[in-house]
Amino acid sequence: MLETIDLRKVYPTGDEALTGVSTTVDGNEIVAMIGPSGAGKSTFIRCINRLTEPTDGEIRLDGSELTALGESEMKAARRNIGMVFQEYNLVERLTVMENVLSGRLGYVSNWAALRRKFPPEDVERAYDVLETVGLDGMENKRADELSGGQRQRVGIARAVVQEPKILLADEPTSSLDPESSHAVMELLADIAAEEDIPIIINIHEVPLAVEYADRILGLHDGELVFDGPTDGLDENAKDVIYRGADASETTNEAVAKTRTDNNAISEQAADKPTAAGD
Amino acid sequence: MATEDGAAEIPYDGSRWQRPTAFRNRKVKWAAYIGAALFVLWSIVSLLSGVTISRVVYGLGNGFLLVESMFPPETSTVNLERVGVYMAETIAMAFVATFTGVLISLPIAVGAAENLAPWPLYYLNRGIISITRAIDELIIAIIAVKAVGVGPLAGIIAISYLTIGFFSKLFAEDIEDIDMGAKEAVEATGASRFQTFVYAVIPQVAPRFVGLTVYRWDINIRASTIIGIVGAGGIGTLLMRSFNRYEYDFAGTILIAIIVVVLAGELFSAYVRRRVQ
Repeated sequence: MLETIDLRKVYPTGDEALTGVSTTVDGNEIVAMIGPSGAGKSTFIRCINRLTEPTDGEIRLDGSELTALGESEMKAARRNIGMVFQEYNLVERLTVMENVLSGRLGYVSNWAALRRKFPPEDVERAYDVLETVGLDGMENKRADELSGGQRQRVGIARAVVQEPKILLADEPTSSLDPESSHAVMELLADIAAEEDIPIIINIHEVPLAVEYADRILGLHDGELVFDGPTDGLDENAKDVIYRGADASETTNEAVAKTRTDNNAISEQAADKPTAAGD
Repeated sequence: MATEDGAAEIPYDGSRWQRPTAFRNRKVKWAAYIGAALFVLWSIVSLLSGVTISRVVYGLGNGFLLVESMFPPETSTVNLERVGVYMAETIAMAFVATFTGVLISLPIAVGAAENLAPWPLYYLNRGIISITRAIDELIIAIIAVKAVGVGPLAGIIAISYLTIGFFSKLFAEDIEDIDMGAKEAVEATGASRFQTFVYAVIPQVAPRFVGLTVYRWDINIRASTIIGIVGAGGIGTLLMRSFNRYEYDFAGTILIAIIVVVLAGELFSAYVRRRVQ
Protein backbone atom coordinates (compact mmCIF):
# COMPACT_ATOMS: atom_id res chain seq x y z
CA MET A 1 0.00 0.00 0.00
CA LEU A 2 1.28 3.43 -0.96
CA GLU A 3 0.29 6.39 1.13
CA THR A 4 1.24 10.02 0.66
CA ILE A 5 0.51 12.51 3.43
CA ASP A 6 0.61 16.24 2.69
CA LEU A 7 3.25 15.73 0.02
CA ARG A 8 4.70 19.10 -0.92
CA LYS A 9 7.38 20.08 -3.40
CA VAL A 10 8.79 23.56 -3.89
CA TYR A 11 11.47 23.84 -6.58
CA PRO A 12 14.51 26.08 -5.96
CA THR A 13 12.96 28.53 -8.45
CA GLY A 14 10.10 29.03 -5.97
CA ASP A 15 7.54 27.10 -8.01
CA GLU A 16 5.26 25.13 -5.76
CA ALA A 17 4.67 22.00 -7.82
CA LEU A 18 2.75 20.10 -5.16
CA THR A 19 0.80 21.92 -2.47
CA GLY A 20 0.14 19.04 -0.08
CA VAL A 21 -1.14 15.93 -1.81
CA SER A 22 -2.59 13.16 0.35
CA THR A 23 -3.84 9.93 -1.14
CA THR A 24 -3.67 6.17 -0.79
CA VAL A 25 -3.17 3.57 -3.50
CA ASP A 26 -3.72 -0.07 -2.69
CA GLY A 27 -4.51 -3.55 -3.97
CA ASN A 28 -4.16 -3.93 -7.71
CA GLU A 29 -5.97 -0.81 -8.77
CA ILE A 30 -5.01 1.20 -11.81
CA VAL A 31 -4.87 4.85 -10.91
CA ALA A 32 -4.64 7.42 -13.67
CA MET A 33 -3.37 10.85 -12.75
CA ILE A 34 -4.61 13.56 -15.07
CA GLY A 35 -4.25 17.32 -15.18
CA PRO A 36 -2.94 20.13 -17.37
CA SER A 37 0.76 20.51 -18.21
CA GLY A 38 2.70 21.78 -15.25
CA ALA A 39 0.09 20.61 -12.73
CA GLY A 40 2.70 18.51 -10.92
CA LYS A 41 1.89 15.02 -12.21
CA SER A 42 5.50 14.12 -13.00
CA THR A 43 6.71 15.72 -9.80
CA PHE A 44 4.27 13.59 -7.79
CA ILE A 45 5.41 10.34 -9.39
CA ARG A 46 9.09 11.22 -9.18
CA CYS A 47 8.77 12.15 -5.51
CA ILE A 48 7.56 8.64 -4.70
CA ASN A 49 10.89 7.00 -5.55
CA ARG A 50 12.69 10.23 -4.71
CA LEU A 51 14.20 10.87 -8.11
CA THR A 52 12.89 14.29 -7.12
CA GLU A 53 13.36 15.08 -3.45
CA PRO A 54 10.06 16.12 -1.81
CA THR A 55 10.15 19.30 0.28
CA ASP A 56 7.65 18.25 2.89
CA GLY A 57 5.23 15.50 3.79
CA GLU A 58 5.44 11.74 4.05
CA ILE A 59 5.44 8.81 1.67
CA ARG A 60 4.82 5.36 3.06
CA LEU A 61 5.15 2.13 1.13
CA ASP A 62 3.77 -0.86 3.03
CA GLY A 63 4.28 1.01 6.27
CA SER A 64 7.91 2.04 5.82
CA GLU A 65 8.40 5.77 5.52
CA LEU A 66 10.41 6.40 2.33
CA THR A 67 10.98 10.08 3.08
CA ALA A 68 12.92 9.19 6.24
CA LEU A 69 15.37 6.80 4.57
CA GLY A 70 19.08 7.46 4.09
CA GLU A 71 20.75 7.12 0.71
CA SER A 72 21.59 3.41 0.86
CA GLU A 73 18.27 2.47 2.48
CA MET A 74 16.45 4.40 -0.23
CA LYS A 75 18.39 2.43 -2.86
CA ALA A 76 17.12 -0.78 -1.31
CA ALA A 77 13.58 0.65 -1.16
CA ARG A 78 13.70 1.60 -4.85
CA ARG A 79 13.91 -2.09 -5.71
CA ASN A 80 10.26 -2.27 -4.64
CA ILE A 81 9.17 0.55 -6.93
CA GLY A 82 9.10 -0.03 -10.68
CA MET A 83 9.11 2.97 -12.99
CA VAL A 84 8.21 3.39 -16.64
CA PHE A 85 9.24 6.57 -18.47
CA GLN A 86 7.83 8.64 -21.29
CA GLU A 87 11.01 8.43 -23.37
CA TYR A 88 11.54 4.73 -22.43
CA ASN A 89 15.00 5.63 -21.01
CA LEU A 90 16.64 2.42 -22.15
CA VAL A 91 20.41 2.09 -22.49
CA GLU A 92 20.27 2.16 -26.27
CA ARG A 93 23.53 0.36 -26.93
CA LEU A 94 22.73 -2.59 -24.70
CA THR A 95 20.67 -5.60 -25.68
CA VAL A 96 17.04 -6.05 -24.72
CA MET A 97 18.04 -8.70 -22.18
CA GLU A 98 20.65 -6.47 -20.57
CA ASN A 99 18.11 -3.67 -20.30
CA VAL A 100 15.54 -5.96 -18.72
CA LEU A 101 18.10 -7.44 -16.32
CA SER A 102 19.06 -3.95 -15.16
CA GLY A 103 15.85 -4.23 -13.15
CA ARG A 104 17.66 -6.80 -10.99
CA LEU A 105 20.78 -4.68 -10.36
CA GLY A 106 19.62 -3.85 -6.86
CA TYR A 107 20.01 -7.53 -5.95
CA VAL A 108 23.46 -8.30 -7.37
CA SER A 109 27.01 -7.23 -6.51
CA ASN A 110 28.98 -4.55 -8.35
CA TRP A 111 31.29 -7.22 -9.69
CA ALA A 112 28.36 -9.17 -11.09
CA ALA A 113 26.99 -6.01 -12.71
CA LEU A 114 30.36 -5.41 -14.35
CA ARG A 115 30.39 -8.92 -15.82
CA ARG A 116 26.64 -8.90 -16.64
CA LYS A 117 26.42 -12.06 -14.53
CA PHE A 118 22.95 -12.49 -13.05
CA PRO A 119 21.60 -15.47 -11.09
CA PRO A 120 19.86 -18.04 -13.34
CA GLU A 121 16.49 -17.40 -11.68
CA ASP A 122 16.76 -13.70 -12.59
CA VAL A 123 17.47 -14.58 -16.20
CA GLU A 124 14.55 -17.01 -16.21
CA ARG A 125 12.26 -14.35 -14.80
CA ALA A 126 13.52 -11.94 -17.47
CA TYR A 127 12.60 -14.46 -20.19
CA ASP A 128 9.14 -14.87 -18.62
CA VAL A 129 8.56 -11.15 -18.46
CA LEU A 130 9.74 -10.68 -22.05
CA GLU A 131 7.11 -13.20 -23.05
CA THR A 132 4.47 -11.36 -21.03
CA VAL A 133 5.22 -8.08 -22.82
CA GLY A 134 5.28 -9.83 -26.20
CA LEU A 135 8.98 -9.59 -26.96
CA ASP A 136 9.95 -13.26 -26.79
CA GLY A 137 12.84 -14.01 -29.10
CA MET A 138 14.02 -10.40 -29.09
CA GLU A 139 16.40 -10.72 -26.11
CA ASN A 140 19.60 -10.30 -28.12
CA LYS A 141 18.47 -7.35 -30.21
CA ARG A 142 19.97 -4.03 -29.35
CA ALA A 143 17.51 -1.57 -27.83
CA ASP A 144 18.12 0.98 -30.58
CA GLU A 145 16.93 -1.49 -33.19
CA LEU A 146 13.40 -1.52 -31.76
CA SER A 147 10.35 0.59 -32.55
CA GLY A 148 8.90 3.01 -30.01
CA GLY A 149 6.18 0.62 -28.89
CA GLN A 150 8.67 -2.22 -28.49
CA ARG A 151 11.06 -0.01 -26.54
CA GLN A 152 8.31 0.93 -24.13
CA ARG A 153 7.62 -2.77 -23.66
CA VAL A 154 11.26 -3.26 -22.73
CA GLY A 155 10.89 -0.35 -20.30
CA ILE A 156 7.87 -2.07 -18.76
CA ALA A 157 9.68 -5.40 -18.63
CA ARG A 158 12.60 -3.76 -16.81
CA ALA A 159 10.19 -2.43 -14.17
CA VAL A 160 8.25 -5.69 -13.83
CA VAL A 161 11.34 -7.87 -13.48
CA GLN A 162 12.06 -5.95 -10.28
CA GLU A 163 9.02 -7.70 -8.76
CA PRO A 164 7.96 -4.32 -7.40
CA LYS A 165 5.23 -3.61 -4.87
CA ILE A 166 4.00 -0.73 -7.00
CA LEU A 167 4.49 0.43 -10.56
CA LEU A 168 4.81 4.10 -11.53
CA ALA A 169 4.34 5.14 -15.14
CA ASP A 170 5.24 8.70 -16.13
CA GLU A 171 3.41 9.50 -19.40
CA PRO A 172 4.06 6.02 -20.79
CA THR A 173 2.03 6.69 -23.94
CA SER A 174 3.00 10.27 -24.80
CA SER A 175 5.72 9.28 -27.26
CA LEU A 176 3.63 6.57 -28.92
CA ASP A 177 1.08 6.42 -31.72
CA PRO A 178 -2.56 5.76 -30.72
CA GLU A 179 -2.41 2.06 -31.48
CA SER A 180 0.75 1.45 -29.45
CA SER A 181 -0.70 3.64 -26.70
CA HIS A 182 -3.69 1.33 -26.35
CA ALA A 183 -1.44 -1.74 -26.43
CA VAL A 184 0.77 -0.31 -23.67
CA MET A 185 -2.21 0.64 -21.49
CA GLU A 186 -3.67 -2.83 -21.95
CA LEU A 187 -0.35 -4.36 -21.01
CA LEU A 188 -0.11 -2.23 -17.86
CA ALA A 189 -3.65 -3.26 -16.90
CA ASP A 190 -2.76 -6.94 -17.41
CA ILE A 191 0.35 -6.55 -15.28
CA ALA A 192 -1.59 -4.96 -12.41
CA ALA A 193 -3.91 -7.97 -12.38
CA GLU A 194 -1.24 -10.61 -12.93
CA GLU A 195 1.35 -9.29 -10.49
CA ASP A 196 -1.35 -8.07 -8.10
CA ILE A 197 0.23 -4.64 -7.68
CA PRO A 198 -1.21 -1.13 -7.97
CA ILE A 199 -0.13 1.12 -10.84
CA ILE A 200 -0.10 4.91 -10.94
CA ILE A 201 -0.12 6.25 -14.49
CA ASN A 202 0.42 9.89 -15.43
CA ILE A 203 -1.46 10.48 -18.59
CA HIS A 204 -2.50 13.36 -20.81
CA GLU A 205 -5.15 11.59 -22.83
CA VAL A 206 -8.32 11.60 -20.73
CA PRO A 207 -10.14 9.02 -22.91
CA LEU A 208 -7.30 6.53 -22.40
CA ALA A 209 -7.40 7.18 -18.67
CA VAL A 210 -11.16 6.63 -18.56
CA GLU A 211 -10.90 3.46 -20.60
CA TYR A 212 -8.27 1.70 -18.53
CA ALA A 213 -8.21 3.20 -15.03
CA ASP A 214 -10.21 2.13 -12.00
CA ARG A 215 -9.68 5.43 -10.33
CA ILE A 216 -8.75 8.96 -11.35
CA LEU A 217 -6.59 11.48 -9.53
CA GLY A 218 -6.95 15.02 -10.86
CA LEU A 219 -4.22 17.56 -10.23
CA HIS A 220 -4.58 21.28 -10.81
CA ASP A 221 -1.74 23.62 -9.92
CA GLY A 222 -0.20 21.08 -7.56
CA GLU A 223 -3.46 20.51 -5.73
CA LEU A 224 -5.39 17.25 -5.71
CA VAL A 225 -8.80 18.47 -6.90
CA PHE A 226 -10.31 15.11 -7.84
CA ASP A 227 -9.90 11.67 -6.33
CA GLY A 228 -12.52 9.09 -7.12
CA PRO A 229 -13.67 6.19 -9.27
CA THR A 230 -13.53 6.67 -13.02
CA ASP A 231 -17.34 6.81 -13.23
CA GLY A 232 -17.30 9.94 -11.10
CA LEU A 233 -15.30 11.91 -13.66
CA ASP A 234 -18.10 14.05 -15.17
CA GLU A 235 -17.82 17.27 -17.16
CA ASN A 236 -17.86 19.32 -14.00
CA ALA A 237 -14.96 17.36 -12.53
CA LYS A 238 -12.97 17.79 -15.75
CA ASP A 239 -13.64 21.53 -15.61
CA VAL A 240 -12.27 21.66 -12.11
CA ILE A 241 -9.17 19.63 -13.05
CA TYR A 242 -8.33 21.48 -16.24
CA ARG A 243 -9.66 24.99 -15.53
CA GLY A 244 -9.43 25.37 -11.78
CA ALA A 245 -12.11 25.49 -9.10
CA ASP A 246 -13.65 28.86 -10.08
CA ALA A 247 -14.72 27.48 -13.46
CA SER A 248 -17.83 26.06 -11.81
CA GLU A 249 -19.05 29.55 -10.84
CA THR A 250 -21.84 30.74 -13.06
CA THR A 251 -21.70 34.54 -12.91
CA ASN A 252 -21.26 36.30 -16.23
CA GLU A 253 -17.79 37.39 -15.31
CA ALA A 254 -16.74 33.86 -14.44
CA VAL A 255 -18.16 32.54 -17.70
CA ALA A 256 -16.24 35.15 -19.67
CA LYS A 257 -13.09 34.33 -17.75
CA THR A 258 -13.61 30.62 -18.29
CA ARG A 259 -13.88 31.27 -22.00
CA THR A 260 -10.51 32.92 -22.20
CA ASP A 261 -8.98 30.26 -19.96
CA ASN A 262 -10.64 27.71 -22.15
CA ASN A 263 -8.83 28.98 -25.22
CA ALA A 264 -5.55 28.96 -23.39
CA ILE A 265 -6.16 25.41 -22.26
CA SER A 266 -7.13 24.04 -25.65
CA GLU A 267 -3.96 25.61 -27.01
CA GLN A 268 -1.99 23.93 -24.26
CA ALA A 269 -3.77 20.68 -24.93
CA ALA A 270 -2.79 20.89 -28.58
CA ASP A 271 0.83 21.25 -27.49
CA LYS A 272 0.71 18.37 -25.08
CA PRO A 273 1.48 15.30 -27.17
CA THR A 274 4.70 16.88 -28.42
CA ALA A 275 5.76 18.40 -25.11
CA ALA A 276 8.49 16.46 -23.33
CA GLY A 277 6.53 15.99 -20.12
CA ASP A 278 5.74 18.44 -17.34
CA MET B 1 -5.91 50.99 -24.10
CA ALA B 2 -4.07 54.23 -24.66
CA THR B 3 -0.84 52.40 -25.38
CA GLU B 4 -2.57 50.12 -27.82
CA ASP B 5 -3.91 53.09 -29.77
CA GLY B 6 -0.49 54.72 -29.69
CA ALA B 7 1.14 51.60 -31.04
CA ALA B 8 -1.41 51.31 -33.81
CA GLU B 9 -0.51 54.79 -35.09
CA ILE B 10 3.06 53.77 -35.94
CA PRO B 11 2.85 52.36 -39.47
CA TYR B 12 4.68 49.15 -40.31
CA ASP B 13 7.48 50.42 -42.52
CA GLY B 14 9.18 47.75 -44.60
CA SER B 15 12.47 49.64 -44.75
CA ARG B 16 12.74 49.94 -40.97
CA TRP B 17 13.57 46.31 -40.23
CA GLN B 18 17.21 45.40 -39.82
CA ARG B 19 18.76 42.08 -38.97
CA PRO B 20 19.80 42.17 -35.28
CA THR B 21 23.58 42.28 -34.91
CA ALA B 22 25.77 40.37 -32.47
CA PHE B 23 27.44 43.69 -31.57
CA ARG B 24 25.66 46.29 -29.48
CA ASN B 25 24.63 48.36 -32.50
CA ARG B 26 25.70 49.00 -36.07
CA LYS B 27 28.26 51.68 -35.18
CA VAL B 28 30.05 49.32 -32.82
CA LYS B 29 29.91 46.64 -35.49
CA TRP B 30 31.61 48.78 -38.14
CA ALA B 31 34.15 50.09 -35.64
CA ALA B 32 35.08 46.49 -34.80
CA TYR B 33 35.41 45.53 -38.48
CA ILE B 34 37.57 48.55 -39.31
CA GLY B 35 39.71 48.03 -36.20
CA ALA B 36 40.36 44.39 -37.17
CA ALA B 37 41.30 45.37 -40.74
CA LEU B 38 43.71 48.08 -39.52
CA PHE B 39 45.38 45.60 -37.15
CA VAL B 40 45.99 43.07 -39.92
CA LEU B 41 47.40 45.82 -42.15
CA TRP B 42 49.72 47.02 -39.39
CA SER B 43 50.97 43.46 -38.76
CA ILE B 44 51.81 42.93 -42.41
CA VAL B 45 53.59 46.29 -42.78
CA SER B 46 55.62 46.02 -39.59
CA LEU B 47 56.72 42.40 -40.17
CA LEU B 48 57.54 42.67 -43.86
CA SER B 49 58.78 46.25 -44.12
CA GLY B 50 62.44 45.17 -44.43
CA VAL B 51 61.73 42.49 -47.06
CA THR B 52 62.72 43.51 -50.58
CA ILE B 53 62.01 41.66 -53.80
CA SER B 54 65.69 40.77 -54.30
CA ARG B 55 65.77 39.28 -50.76
CA VAL B 56 62.79 37.05 -51.61
CA VAL B 57 64.41 35.88 -54.85
CA TYR B 58 67.67 35.11 -53.03
CA GLY B 59 65.82 33.18 -50.31
CA LEU B 60 63.81 31.15 -52.79
CA GLY B 61 67.02 30.21 -54.63
CA ASN B 62 68.55 28.91 -51.41
CA GLY B 63 65.36 26.94 -50.71
CA PHE B 64 65.58 25.22 -54.08
CA LEU B 65 69.23 24.34 -53.45
CA LEU B 66 68.30 22.74 -50.11
CA VAL B 67 65.50 20.63 -51.56
CA GLU B 68 67.70 19.68 -54.51
CA SER B 69 70.44 18.44 -52.18
CA MET B 70 67.94 16.06 -50.52
CA PHE B 71 67.59 14.15 -53.79
CA PRO B 72 68.34 11.44 -54.33
CA PRO B 73 67.79 10.42 -50.69
CA GLU B 74 70.55 8.47 -48.98
CA THR B 75 69.93 4.69 -49.21
CA SER B 76 73.03 3.03 -47.72
CA THR B 77 72.16 -0.04 -45.63
CA VAL B 78 73.74 1.39 -42.49
CA ASN B 79 71.66 4.54 -42.62
CA LEU B 80 68.44 2.73 -43.56
CA GLU B 81 68.97 0.49 -40.53
CA ARG B 82 69.42 3.54 -38.33
CA VAL B 83 66.19 5.02 -39.67
CA GLY B 84 64.47 1.69 -38.91
CA VAL B 85 65.75 1.58 -35.32
CA TYR B 86 64.80 5.18 -34.56
CA MET B 87 61.43 4.83 -36.25
CA ALA B 88 60.65 1.77 -34.11
CA GLU B 89 61.54 3.85 -31.06
CA THR B 90 59.22 6.63 -32.28
CA ILE B 91 56.25 4.28 -32.69
CA ALA B 92 56.94 2.59 -29.35
CA MET B 93 57.02 5.99 -27.66
CA ALA B 94 53.65 6.85 -29.19
CA PHE B 95 52.14 3.56 -27.97
CA VAL B 96 53.40 3.81 -24.41
CA ALA B 97 52.52 7.49 -24.13
CA THR B 98 49.01 6.93 -25.47
CA PHE B 99 48.48 4.14 -22.96
CA THR B 100 49.72 6.04 -19.91
CA GLY B 101 48.13 9.30 -21.05
CA VAL B 102 44.68 7.74 -21.58
CA LEU B 103 44.95 5.86 -18.28
CA ILE B 104 45.61 9.09 -16.38
CA SER B 105 42.94 10.94 -18.40
CA LEU B 106 40.08 8.60 -17.47
CA PRO B 107 39.48 9.74 -13.89
CA ILE B 108 40.09 13.35 -14.91
CA ALA B 109 37.52 13.09 -17.71
CA VAL B 110 34.88 11.57 -15.42
CA GLY B 111 35.61 14.27 -12.84
CA ALA B 112 35.35 16.99 -15.46
CA ALA B 113 31.92 15.87 -16.71
CA GLU B 114 29.36 18.30 -15.35
CA ASN B 115 26.54 15.76 -15.30
CA LEU B 116 28.40 13.23 -13.11
CA ALA B 117 30.83 15.16 -10.91
CA PRO B 118 29.89 17.37 -7.95
CA TRP B 119 30.90 20.95 -8.66
CA PRO B 120 34.14 21.21 -6.56
CA LEU B 121 35.49 18.13 -8.33
CA TYR B 122 34.26 19.47 -11.66
CA TYR B 123 36.13 22.77 -11.29
CA LEU B 124 39.27 21.01 -10.02
CA ASN B 125 39.40 18.71 -13.05
CA ARG B 126 38.47 21.44 -15.52
CA GLY B 127 41.34 23.45 -14.02
CA ILE B 128 43.76 20.56 -14.49
CA ILE B 129 42.69 20.25 -18.12
CA SER B 130 43.04 23.97 -18.85
CA ILE B 131 46.51 24.13 -17.33
CA THR B 132 47.65 21.00 -19.19
CA ARG B 133 46.44 22.45 -22.45
CA ALA B 134 48.07 25.84 -21.93
CA ILE B 135 51.66 24.73 -22.61
CA ASP B 136 52.82 23.54 -26.02
CA GLU B 137 54.36 20.11 -26.60
CA LEU B 138 57.88 21.31 -27.40
CA ILE B 139 58.10 23.28 -24.16
CA ILE B 140 57.00 20.23 -22.17
CA ALA B 141 59.53 18.09 -24.07
CA ILE B 142 62.36 20.54 -23.23
CA ILE B 143 61.37 20.47 -19.54
CA ALA B 144 61.16 16.66 -19.58
CA VAL B 145 64.62 16.40 -21.16
CA LYS B 146 66.02 18.70 -18.46
CA ALA B 147 64.27 16.61 -15.79
CA VAL B 148 65.03 13.02 -16.81
CA GLY B 149 67.79 13.46 -19.41
CA VAL B 150 68.05 12.92 -23.14
CA GLY B 151 66.16 9.89 -24.51
CA PRO B 152 62.77 8.34 -25.11
CA LEU B 153 61.66 8.52 -21.45
CA ALA B 154 61.49 12.31 -21.76
CA GLY B 155 59.46 11.87 -24.93
CA ILE B 156 57.02 9.50 -23.27
CA ILE B 157 56.50 11.93 -20.40
CA ALA B 158 55.95 14.87 -22.75
CA ILE B 159 53.49 13.06 -25.02
CA SER B 160 51.57 11.48 -22.11
CA TYR B 161 51.21 14.94 -20.65
CA LEU B 162 49.80 16.28 -23.91
CA THR B 163 47.44 13.33 -24.22
CA ILE B 164 45.91 14.18 -20.84
CA GLY B 165 44.82 17.68 -21.84
CA PHE B 166 43.38 16.57 -25.16
CA PHE B 167 41.79 13.30 -24.15
CA SER B 168 40.27 14.42 -20.83
CA LYS B 169 38.66 17.46 -22.40
CA LEU B 170 37.10 15.69 -25.37
CA PHE B 171 36.11 12.60 -23.41
CA ALA B 172 34.54 14.72 -20.65
CA GLU B 173 32.42 16.41 -23.32
CA ASP B 174 31.34 13.01 -24.64
CA ILE B 175 30.35 11.93 -21.15
CA GLU B 176 28.32 15.12 -20.80
CA ASP B 177 26.44 14.21 -23.97
CA ILE B 178 25.08 10.89 -22.69
CA ASP B 179 21.37 10.27 -22.32
CA MET B 180 20.76 10.99 -18.65
CA GLY B 181 17.30 9.43 -18.86
CA ALA B 182 18.83 5.98 -19.18
CA LYS B 183 21.04 6.68 -16.18
CA GLU B 184 18.06 7.84 -14.17
CA ALA B 185 16.07 4.76 -15.11
CA VAL B 186 18.86 2.44 -13.95
CA GLU B 187 19.11 4.44 -10.71
CA ALA B 188 15.38 4.07 -10.23
CA THR B 189 15.71 0.26 -10.11
CA GLY B 190 17.79 0.58 -6.93
CA ALA B 191 21.19 0.15 -8.60
CA SER B 192 24.26 1.47 -6.78
CA ARG B 193 26.29 4.38 -8.09
CA PHE B 194 28.98 2.05 -9.41
CA GLN B 195 26.43 -0.24 -11.05
CA THR B 196 24.75 2.75 -12.68
CA PHE B 197 28.11 3.87 -14.02
CA VAL B 198 29.07 0.52 -15.55
CA TYR B 199 25.56 -0.20 -16.78
CA ALA B 200 24.26 3.13 -18.03
CA VAL B 201 27.31 5.36 -18.59
CA ILE B 202 30.08 3.10 -19.93
CA PRO B 203 28.02 1.48 -22.72
CA GLN B 204 27.07 4.93 -23.97
CA VAL B 205 30.63 6.27 -24.15
CA ALA B 206 32.61 3.11 -25.02
CA PRO B 207 32.66 3.64 -28.81
CA ARG B 208 33.78 7.25 -28.40
CA PHE B 209 36.48 6.05 -26.02
CA VAL B 210 37.93 3.69 -28.61
CA GLY B 211 37.65 6.30 -31.36
CA LEU B 212 39.33 9.02 -29.31
CA THR B 213 42.12 6.70 -28.17
CA VAL B 214 43.00 5.69 -31.72
CA TYR B 215 42.74 9.28 -32.87
CA ARG B 216 45.10 10.43 -30.11
CA TRP B 217 47.47 7.56 -30.91
CA ASP B 218 47.71 8.83 -34.48
CA ILE B 219 48.40 12.38 -33.25
CA ASN B 220 50.99 10.99 -30.83
CA ILE B 221 52.90 9.29 -33.64
CA ARG B 222 53.20 12.66 -35.33
CA ALA B 223 54.20 14.33 -32.06
CA SER B 224 56.86 11.72 -31.32
CA THR B 225 58.52 12.35 -34.70
CA ILE B 226 59.13 15.99 -33.81
CA ILE B 227 60.13 16.01 -30.14
CA GLY B 228 63.43 14.23 -30.86
CA ILE B 229 64.58 17.65 -32.07
CA VAL B 230 64.91 18.77 -28.46
CA GLY B 231 66.48 15.47 -27.41
CA ALA B 232 63.40 13.59 -26.28
CA GLY B 233 64.05 10.45 -28.34
CA GLY B 234 62.66 9.08 -31.58
CA ILE B 235 63.35 9.82 -35.23
CA GLY B 236 63.56 13.59 -34.61
CA THR B 237 66.93 13.00 -32.94
CA LEU B 238 68.26 11.55 -36.17
CA LEU B 239 66.71 14.30 -38.29
CA MET B 240 68.29 17.03 -36.17
CA ARG B 241 71.69 15.30 -36.31
CA SER B 242 71.59 15.02 -40.10
CA PHE B 243 70.76 18.70 -40.47
CA ASN B 244 73.58 19.68 -38.14
CA ARG B 245 76.01 17.65 -40.26
CA TYR B 246 74.63 19.06 -43.54
CA GLU B 247 73.70 15.49 -44.61
CA TYR B 248 70.69 16.73 -46.52
CA ASP B 249 70.31 13.54 -48.56
CA PHE B 250 69.99 11.57 -45.33
CA ALA B 251 67.49 14.15 -44.02
CA GLY B 252 65.50 13.46 -47.21
CA THR B 253 65.38 9.73 -46.37
CA ILE B 254 64.19 10.48 -42.85
CA LEU B 255 61.47 12.88 -44.06
CA ILE B 256 60.12 10.26 -46.48
CA ALA B 257 60.10 7.67 -43.67
CA ILE B 258 58.17 10.08 -41.43
CA ILE B 259 55.61 10.79 -44.13
CA VAL B 260 55.04 7.06 -44.74
CA VAL B 261 54.63 6.21 -41.05
CA VAL B 262 52.39 9.17 -40.23
CA LEU B 263 50.16 8.49 -43.24
CA ALA B 264 49.90 4.81 -42.34
CA GLY B 265 48.94 5.74 -38.77
CA GLU B 266 46.33 8.18 -40.00
CA LEU B 267 44.79 5.65 -42.37
CA PHE B 268 44.62 3.02 -39.64
CA SER B 269 43.09 5.47 -37.18
CA ALA B 270 40.50 6.65 -39.70
CA TYR B 271 39.57 3.04 -40.48
CA VAL B 272 39.14 2.05 -36.83
CA ARG B 273 37.13 5.17 -36.03
CA ARG B 274 34.81 4.53 -38.93
CA ARG B 275 34.24 0.99 -37.70
CA VAL B 276 33.38 1.85 -34.10
CA GLN B 277 31.17 4.87 -34.67
